Amino acid sequence: MIAVRGVSKRYGATVALEDVSLEAGPGATHVLLGSSGSGKSTLLRVILGLVQPDTGEVVVDGVPVTPGARRHLVGRVGYVVQEGGLYPHLTAYDNAALPADPVGWTRERVARRIGALAELVGFDDGVLRRYPGELSGGQRQRVGLMRALVLDPPLLILDEPLGALDPIVRADLQAQLRRIFTTLRKTVLLVTHDIREAVLFGSTITLLRDGRVVQQGAFADLARRPAEPFVTQFFGAQAPPPELRDYL
Amino acid sequence: MSAAGVLVLLLSFGVLSFAAPAGAADSVRVGSKSFTESYLLAEIVAQVTERTGEAKVERRFGLGGTGITFRAVAHDSIDVYPEYTGTLSHAVLKDPSAQSVEAIRAALHPQRLTISDPLGFDNTYALGVRAEVARRLGLRRISDLASHPGLRAAFTSGFLEREDGWPGLRRHYGLAALTDVRVIEHALAYQALQSGSVDVIDVFSTDGRLARSALVILEDDRRFFPAYSAVLVARLDFIERFPRSWEAIQRSLVGRIDGPAMVRLNARADLDGQALARVAASFLGREAAATDGRMMLIRELATLSVDHAVLVAVAVAAATLAGVPLGILAARSAALGQIELMVVGVLQTVPALALLCFMIPLLGIGRTPALVALFLYALLPIVRSTYTGLVTIDRQLLEIAGVLGIDGWRRLRRIELPLASVNVLAGVRTSSILTVGTATLAAFIGGGGYGTLIVRGLALDDVRTILAGAVPAAVMALLVHGLFEGVDRLLIPRGVRITLARPGPTRAAH
Repeated sequence: MIAVRGVSKRYGATVALEDVSLEAGPGATHVLLGSSGSGKSTLLRVILGLVQPDTGEVVVDGVPVTPGARRHLVGRVGYVVQEGGLYPHLTAYDNAALPADPVGWTRERVARRIGALAELVGFDDGVLRRYPGELSGGQRQRVGLMRALVLDPPLLILDEPLGALDPIVRADLQAQLRRIFTTLRKTVLLVTHDIREAVLFGSTITLLRDGRVVQQGAFADLARRPAEPFVTQFFGAQAPPPELRDYL
Repeated sequence: MSAAGVLVLLLSFGVLSFAAPAGAADSVRVGSKSFTESYLLAEIVAQVTERTGEAKVERRFGLGGTGITFRAVAHDSIDVYPEYTGTLSHAVLKDPSAQSVEAIRAALHPQRLTISDPLGFDNTYALGVRAEVARRLGLRRISDLASHPGLRAAFTSGFLEREDGWPGLRRHYGLAALTDVRVIEHALAYQALQSGSVDVIDVFSTDGRLARSALVILEDDRRFFPAYSAVLVARLDFIERFPRSWEAIQRSLVGRIDGPAMVRLNARADLDGQALARVAASFLGREAAATDGRMMLIRELATLSVDHAVLVAVAVAAATLAGVPLGILAARSAALGQIELMVVGVLQTVPALALLCFMIPLLGIGRTPALVALFLYALLPIVRSTYTGLVTIDRQLLEIAGVLGIDGWRRLRRIELPLASVNVLAGVRTSSILTVGTATLAAFIGGGGYGTLIVRGLALDDVRTILAGAVPAAVMALLVHGLFEGVDRLLIPRGVRITLARPGPTRAAH
């Protein structure tokens, strides 16, 4: 479904990515884990066709991605960013419906689709008529998710989708996201710096450091057979979450 | 209504009112410069022409200086205006040997212009010194100034620059030691002299204030100032079309006004505050048509308000139609953007009068060149704010648009312009308010508007007339400000206003 093969990218003398590869088959959830500056964002931008890698290639749904051929991604990839990335001048409804605009859907078709998605994330009509400035953080994130799902793309890319939320909303939305991923059978690439989230969502984890892949595999693999001391260090830096003991 | 809709409406309003004929072929366009004597002589010409009934009269009074006024007659924007032989030979023909009326006539003929015989008085430059200073220092002649280099002089800008003014005078009399020389508006010079803030000013020998001011005219003992006989400059085609009018004008004016008479006429307008029309009528031996001065001012204000509003609306609408795309273009390409912002910025630094003066050969005088100049001045705030509005949009929001397949024109229309709308409208608002002020300068090239009263008030040293122009202009600026409160409400998306009203993004729990 998505394959990243040997991608490297330098900015002058700085290595942003070095020989990064990862793969996620249909319906799989893949977590890109790393602290800030690890190369997560650059990799994401390469996958989205916003940055041309020096070497290597990205194939999404069988189509190679380049900045020149970004159009191919429309309808294939849904993109969710931290805080939703909503446009303040559009209502929640119009924000969610935006991807249908260049595709030329009829008004009725858009309305049907938005209605279905609103039900999925648990919104009533009133919420969709509001502007982003009038929504809570959790609501904004849900609108962002609806927008990513409008064209029903096979691949969902989520960049720190829960980063800006307080713990209660976060737990709530985490559960909802997991349910949605399984019901809709999407391929998911989720970027996070939070181990708890990585474990909750990820069947496979790719741990990045300084633009390189440190280790790839299930959480249990990484925890039990760390490829480098850094893996243990990275896990240890965050308080060991009690609910994760089952995975060990 | 969409932004484009409002603009189209504004523009079509402007174009419609603009399309109304500015100068029909069956009218005589009488011009004047912006000082009392010129206004008075022009008004006399206008009244005589009206009396013949041969043609309608358009008064294009208060034009800004010799450059603008002579260009106006040479480029067929006015038909006739009062001028002085010395000005024609020195400032216009730049040939000091062309002193006589015949010589000047011959020199003007190729431009299809002519001059009348002298009206009977000379209005030469002269230097005036505060009476008390003259007494104390024993000043009687211009050559006496050489031994008092500490004197403070203030000269009008024309006198300061013209070869037959200060530069020539300084050489002729060896006055280089006199260094405290400032520039001053003619109407303010007497006040400055009276209040003691300057000692020497340039005056005109027919100035009405000469009779009643405590000032001494210095004798031109080495005969520097050339003759400045008052004459009328007229277009030959005007004389051919309206021979009876020209005949009547000459009969009433040529050889009919001597120096003291002109001083008296000027004094009545300048010092006694009599209406120009009344002074002119009484010179012609008639009672002025019985008019209520206040009603006339109100009627004139109504006309000028429409003029002024049209100038501002059309100039700003055109500047918006051109400025927003230019701003978009600048935001698209960094190199182009820098060049563009520079050019628009430089335009802003060209003095308004100079810009207006350049435009006369191309566009004549009146509303059109005024609009073009105002348009150019209105551009900068709009281009600048559109550019700023676009380049300060959160990059992530633009990237997301790309990922969503919202590109190019669609991105501009759906995402970028709405997000930049606050800035764009702030620019248009700034531009409109500035233009309300700048539009007062249109009067210098006969463009109408409130400036007409300000220029006339300055010429007549009449504070009430100045205020009659300045106060409505200020009120109009306030109205424009208020109008934009409504336009903002209409054109800035509600969601953007909500976001602006909050200190930061809310993080409220669901």
